[in-house]
Amino acid sequence: MQKDLTTELAPALAREEAGDPFTVGGETFTSRLLLGTGGVPSLEALEASVRASGTQLVTVALRRVEASATGSMMAVLDRCGVRLLPNTAGCHTAREAVLTARLAREAFGTDWVKLEVIGDEHTLLPDAVELLDAAEQLVSEGFTVLAYTNDDPILGRRLADVGCAAVMPLGSPIGSGLGIRNPHNIALLREAVQVPVVLDAGIGTASDAAQAMELGCDAVLLASAVTRARDPERMALAMRQAVEGGRLAKLAGRIPRRWHAEASTSFAGLPEL
Amino acid sequence: MQVTVNGAPAELAQDATVADLVAERAGGHDRVAVARNGDVVPRSSWGQTRLTDGDALEVLAPTAGG
Repeated sequence: MQKDLTTELAPALAREEAGDPFTVGGETFTSRLLLGTGGVPSLEALEASVRASGTQLVTVALRRVEASATGSMMAVLDRCGVRLLPNTAGCHTAREAVLTARLAREAFGTDWVKLEVIGDEHTLLPDAVELLDAAEQLVSEGFTVLAYTNDDPILGRRLADVGCAAVMPLGSPIGSGLGIRNPHNIALLREAVQVPVVLDAGIGTASDAAQAMELGCDAVLLASAVTRARDPERMALAMRQAVEGGRLAKLAGRIPRRWHAEASTSFAGLPEL
Repeated sequence: MQVTVNGAPAELAQDATVADLVAERAGGHDRVAVARNGDVVPRSSWGQTRLTDGDALEVLAPTAGG
């Protein structure tokens, strides 16, 4: 009789999900995938992607009201039951970022913020000096700060030292889809801080997300990779499975890399033919 | 009175409050934030906060973002 593989696998999956929660800022999540809404082609695609991804934490932004989405985007997110993570995208200085975070706290009723302070419009790379300044101010004002940062272990440690709830290094520039350009630095950063490390920016496809988790990241935040995919819903599911697969592989412990082959089939008892 | 709302000049009634401005500009949104001359105006004080001539106001609402 053929076995039902889904039923056979279910206990292992359930055990992993129940026993491996992701905790950040005092909140616990079963999903390790954070989803950004930027670039989403339609509200239908947004809802399908959020549901397929299994995410429990979704980033949003604030803009002048005439340029903002209608209330229906928020209706979709409310319906999906996700927690909101407002960002400070577009801010160039600590002053702008702190004010934007305060405005987001008023609008969204949360003191969680994805702190983003960029250095220029071409690279969208973080401005380390302004970022650290803003992080320190926001932490002192009681914000739960998840800081988008360079893939720099030393800066990551400074951000953790001033009280950030999570450090979120880029894999490569925002929206570039170039993946993780310096895996070694991501692994070093993971070792350098006690707070969660969330790979944020640069993910292009599922293998990038899996790699982030294999490097030891606690979660992955991505937007464009899903919202700009040809089929956002399907890519959202791919990312979910990649994050889960990468996490399991990290916990399971990969085999060491070897220069030469090592037979998995024993030579003992090999017949002479 | 003359004020600036989201970067453009605007004419408001003399006794207008932040609540009046939000109702006019962001009636369809329930998650709105207002900055006045670079400071947040908390939602709880919108009704009592009277605008003054020359105020620079930002009226913000949610949008998609990564």
